[in-house]
Parts: sequence; C-alpha cells; structure tokens
Amino acid sequence: MDTLNSLADGFAIAITWQNMSLALLGCLLGTIMGALPGLGPSNGVAILIPLAFTLGLGATPALILLTSVYYGAMYGGRISSILLNIPGDEPAMMTCLDGYPMAQKGMAGEALSLSGIASFVGSFLATWGLILLAPQLVKIALLFGPAEYFALFTLAFATLGGVSSTNQAKSAFAAALGLGLAMIGVDTQTGVPRMTFGEVHLYDGIDFLVAIVGLFALSEVFIFLEHRHGESDAAHRKIEIGRLWPRLSMLKQSFGAMLRASGLGFLAGVLPGAGASLGAFLSYSVEKKISDRDGTFGKGDPRGVAAPEAGNNAAAGGALVPMLALGVPGSGTTAVLLAVLLSLNITPGPLLFTRNPDVVWGLIAALFIANFMLLLLNIPMVGLFTRVLMVPPRILMPVVAMVSFVGIYGISGSSFDLLVMVGFGVMGWALRKLDVPLVPIILGTLLGNAMESNMRRAITIKDGDWSALVASPLSIALWAIALAGFVLPIVVGKLVKTRMIGARRTEQAEEMDVTD
Amino acid sequence: MSDRIFGIFGVLLAIGYAFAALAIQESFLSDAVGPKAFPLIIAAVLGLASAAIALRPDPEPVWPGLMRLVEIIAAIVVLVLYAELLPVLGFIIATAFASGYLTWRLGSKPLASVVIGVATSLSIYAIFHLLLGLALATGPFGF
Repeated sequence: MDTLNSLADGFAIAITWQNMSLALLGCLLGTIMGALPGLGPSNGVAILIPLAFTLGLGATPALILLTSVYYGAMYGGRISSILLNIPGDEPAMMTCLDGYPMAQKGMAGEALSLSGIASFVGSFLATWGLILLAPQLVKIALLFGPAEYFALFTLAFATLGGVSSTNQAKSAFAAALGLGLAMIGVDTQTGVPRMTFGEVHLYDGIDFLVAIVGLFALSEVFIFLEHRHGESDAAHRKIEIGRLWPRLSMLKQSFGAMLRASGLGFLAGVLPGAGASLGAFLSYSVEKKISDRDGTFGKGDPRGVAAPEAGNNAAAGGALVPMLALGVPGSGTTAVLLAVLLSLNITPGPLLFTRNPDVVWGLIAALFIANFMLLLLNIPMVGLFTRVLMVPPRILMPVVAMVSFVGIYGISGSSFDLLVMVGFGVMGWALRKLDVPLVPIILGTLLGNAMESNMRRAITIKDGDWSALVASPLSIALWAIALAGFVLPIVVGKLVKTRMIGARRTEQAEEMDVTD
Repeated sequence: MSDRIFGIFGVLLAIGYAFAALAIQESFLSDAVGPKAFPLIIAAVLGLASAAIALRPDPEPVWPGLMRLVEIIAAIVVLVLYAELLPVLGFIIATAFASGYLTWRLGSKPLASVVIGVATSLSIYAIFHLLLGLALATGPFGF
C-alpha cells in the first residue's frame, strides 16, 4: 500500500502542464532519434543532457524529459529494423529477423503496430517490476558500507563488458582509462591537484558531459565521414505501410510471447552485464524454441516481432533498477542517465529513495505517462516517423555535431571544453575502430571519484588496514561475483557472440533460400 | 598489428600515468591512503590490460584508406578551428561554415552545401537562442 501511495504522490508531481509537455516532447524526439540510423538511446540522450541542463530545468522536469527520450528511442529503433532491415539501434537487431519479412509480405503497418504494442507491454510490465523490485534492493543496499560499495563498483566494471564480450582486456582497458580520466583535478580529500600538469582548466577535472557527448555523438560523425555515408538508406526504396492495425487474432496469438519476453527482458535488464541487446536476443531465442512448431520464425512470424520488442523494452525498464537503487548502471544508456542525475546534483542509490522520494516517484510516474504517450504516438502516427528515415545523414550528422557544440558551449562558454570534446570524439572514433567498448570509459569518468573515496574511507576507518576491503561476507560475495563476471565471458563470450550474429545470418540465409 | 601497437601504446600510457601519480604532492594533512594509491592501482590495471591486448591481438580492424583518413583529419581541423573561432566570429557565421563543410564532405553538392550550412545555422539559432533562450556565442555583429 505504501508503494501505491508513493506512486500516487509521484503522479501528482508528474502531472503538470510543463512536465506533460516535456514528456510529449521527449517521446517525439526519442522516437525520431531511435528511428534515425546513427542516433540511438545513448547518444540521443547524451546530446540532450547539456541542453536540459543549460535551459535551467529542475531535477524532476529534466529527468522526465530525458527518460521519455530514452523510452522513446527504445520504441523508435524498431522502425528501420522492420522497414529497411537495418536496426535503428543495437537492441533492435533481433526485430529485423521477422519484422523485415513481414514488411516484405506487405504487412509493414501491422508489424509496426504489433511491435508498438509489444514495446508497450514490455515497458509497462518492467515499470511495475521496477516499482516492486527497487525498494527491496534498496533494503539490501542500506547494509552496504564503503568497502561493499567499492566492491560493488568493481563488480559493475567487471560485468559491464557483458556476457557477449569477446575481449575482456579491452573492457578492462576502457574502465581503467575512464577511471584514470576521473582522477584529473583537485583531490577532494586532501586538496592537492592531480594529473593537471599545471593546466588551470583541468583543476576542476574533466566534465563528464564533455566526455560523453564527444565519445558518443561526435565519434558517430567521424564514422559517417569515414564511410562517406551521406545518402539515406531509405532513399530509393518504396516504403508501403499497408494496414495499420494488427488483426485481433494476431494480437491474441502473440500475447503469450509478449508476456514471456517481458519477464525475460526485465531479468536481463536487472542483471549486471546483460542489457537490452541480450534481453532481445534471449526473448527471441526462447520464443522460437517454445512456439516455432511450423518453422515460421524468420519468415515473418508476428510472435518473432513481438518477443524481441517486448524483451528489449522490458530490459530498458529493468536496467533502471540497479541504476536507481544502487547508483550503479548496468548499460550504456543508464550510464548516460546516471550522468543526468549527477549533473543535477542528485546521487542515486539507496538514500535517493528516502531523501528525494519526489524525484524517484515522479520519475516512475513519468515512465508510465511516457509509455502511454508512446503507444498513442506510435500506432496512428507511425507513418510520420517513417518519413524520418528519409532524412539523409549528410544533413543530419552536421546538425548532430553542431547541437553537441551548442550544448557543451552552453555549460561552460569556453573554447577549451569544446577542444576537449573534439579530442574525445577522435578518441571515440579510434577506440571504436579497435573494438574497445566506450561505455566503461563513461562509467569510469562518472564513478571514479565515488569509487576512490569509498575505498579510502573503508581503509581509513580501519586505520590504514587494506584488508578492510574484504572484511565482511557481503563484500567477499560481491568480489566473488565480480571475478566470475569478469572471467566467465573469457570462457563463453565468443560462443554467445557468434550465436547472436549466427542467429541473424542463418535466418537471413534461410530467407534467401525461400525467396530464390 | 593494430592491436599490438595499441597495446604497446597503452603500456606506455600506463607507465606515464604511474609516474604522474608518483609525482603527486602529498599534503601534510592526509588520510591513511593518500592521493597516490588509487591512481597507481589504475595504472596497474591499465598496464596489465594493455599488455594482454598486445599479447593476444584481435583480428585486424578495417582501417580507412589514405584518402578517407585525410578526410577525417581535415574534419578534425575544421572542428578545432570551429571551437577556437566560435567566440571570435559569433555563432551564426562559424556554424554556417562548419556545418556547410561537413555536409559537403558527406556528399552534398557545393551549392546545396552552402544552403544547408546556412539553414542549419539559422535554425539552430532560432530554436535554441530565440525560442529557448540559450546563450550562444556572440560575435562582432551580436549574433
């Protein structure tokens, strides 16, 4: 009952004209960003953070805007998967498998609306999951001392590469690089400058927003320049939407798939090291095992569209659980949302629920509202969003670059930060070529200082005894999970990755055989 | 080969980072751990990870040809110039040039690039400055 009361309070906070219009704006922008190739949930939100920040929005309105963008982008990713067989973002990869064949059969409209409904079901159930699970996790987290937090941060880094990671050394490199960057600036505990090399601009440290926008948004511009990928993928194709509403029988048939996928996706989102892509992959594979009796999967089976979409949207909601309750994000986009919170001077974690209940419950209420708005936007107006696919990158990418500059310049008004951002953009491009994940870098710059101060506090309490870090059963357990999470992908990572890619290949190969 | 070079670069970076960490001045008012310990741990992780990358390289990534590489370097130069000249020229002029250049290099025709550049600049100015009231760089002409 307590929960329902808090939720009602949350709705009271969220339902104001300003917040509702921000949610609507966020949903629209998010869906557009998700649909556009080259812009996904993480870089979409990344570009908008400095803007929300400089516009002087309060904590709750800013969060409402940005989480609406996040949810919207998760919806939008499916549009180009279905129409063009090109995933709009990574989690939407599995939606190509049955979505595109459905579109080829002239059922594009039905595939779009069905996946819209599946996205809705996934997010809706996951938001309930968030409400029920997060307070329980908070209870555990309240037992954490500094040593446990240090172990928890290590766990987050160790598992961030994910089960599908093929090169853990590169994930570790990225994490160390991010942490190393966070050390730049004046040490908060003793006041001595570190790694500044006498440069006054560096005394405040590197603003993580500069790093995020550079790494996520600008590096994308360089990728497009490298391939001179200037024309729209939709330019010379005829996109026919057809019937807009799915048949009732189709809905009934795929309803079970949506429920199963929501459960799986939510779990994948909550667990460290999984995330939305794996959520979609798991949901699709399990659904195929359960329902594919006549071999229709991969040839436009509606259940094959419903399952991964419900799965990846549920995972997006699930990923918010550790982010809000522990302050430790498990995926790229939630890392970006953590950046939002930190730049609004809100520290997520167990205390957030007791100190700023208005922020937490306002946010959760906003998730429900955004989800309904997205459902309404995505079914009747889906035709509008498909037009977005026609925007060629040669116009879009310069806009992305310039808006990034506007945002960062708005924060500091200094050319120095813009130069640092360009530097991060170049670094992001090179690291992406070398297959080094960018998310641990971001997480490192975000969490570095908190991680260090927890370590120092834990040891200082015990008068400089380093064994304080492994003194409690809870911290030993966390270290054990961290170790397992880091080692496991070395053993099974290649297998999972090849299966994920392999699944796509074989489906497409089969599809070729059929059409030939 | 790329990974080997990258790994060696990472090891050097780690060594440099460790030296920079050792050079941190200790304050006389310090906690039991001090400001050096955590950076040194980071340097160790960085070094080990880089060594692992160098010893067990991944398959070679597809690097762009020389022309494409020049393209990227040229774009970097333009963006650096943009960052430096933004407060001098003002938002509208600097942005029109930068976005015009980028769209041209992404395949717009020269004349179209001019139009797209100016249009991008003006619409960002209209939305973010006139509508939302964000402070943008002001040049000699006040915009």
